[in-house]
Amino acid sequence: MLIVPCPHCGDRPEIEFRYAGPAHIERAQRPAELSDEDWASYLYLRDNPKGLHFERWRHIHGCGRFFNAARDTVSDRFVASYKAGQKRPEIPR
Amino acid sequence: MAELVTITTLPPATRFVVRGGEAAIPLIGRAFGVALPRDACRAASVPPRAALWLGPDEWLLLAPDGDGERIASEIGAALTGAPASVVDISDRQVALSVGGPRAATVVNAFNPLDLHPEAFPVGMCTRTVFAKAEIVLWRTAADGFRIEVWRSFAPYVEGLLREAAEEYA
Repeated sequence: MLIVPCPHCGDRPEIEFRYAGPAHIERAQRPAELSDEDWASYLYLRDNPKGLHFERWRHIHGCGRFFNAARDTVSDRFVASYKAGQKRPEIPR
Repeated sequence: MAELVTITTLPPATRFVVRGGEAAIPLIGRAFGVALPRDACRAASVPPRAALWLGPDEWLLLAPDGDGERIASEIGAALTGAPASVVDISDRQVALSVGGPRAATVVNAFNPLDLHPEAFPVGMCTRTVFAKAEIVLWRTAADGFRIEVWRSFAPYVEGLLREAAEEYA
């Protein structure tokens, strides 16, 4: 079973978590001023990187909190996790 | 020979879920009589009451049945302007006790956590899963667990516990 590091609870089994999409996607301050293309891009277009990926997780059957994690999409290995609101950490390649 | 596993339904209890910010946390603890634990996944107990950490700003309060109104009014009076939510969930869930030398093995039959005493010591508590149900698991003794489960899931959880315990009957 995949072990997910929760920044509050520590290492916990994957079935306690829900994936919540890519992290650090900022909503525009004034969406009405965006062009349709930019708004559609914000809503629907996502990167699909091979390798390091920053993503949101929720420890739904645990502390209940959303947090961010950096995971390698090739090896499925979690390289870092940090609380929601914190800056994206530098990950050495 | 002593029983290797005992599973019992615990009597009704008063339960609150409280959530609040830094200002409210000490006020709630003082009014309740048990300081809310700030360490992750830890329970604090002043028998017969206990406060269980569920999240960074979320706790489960346990007290004997019938204390609900008094606790609600005491916490309410103590929260002078500090925003918090205090919700009575006494009837939402029931408690099961799993005890005996094989208690951890039986809980582990349907729960993926590491329940070795070093990884999950006495006094540790957490929301987690038990098969397809969500539970709150609290290690109250070296070989004793308290499971808090939503009422409608209780027969399912108790049935699976008894099935796992048949191995040691």
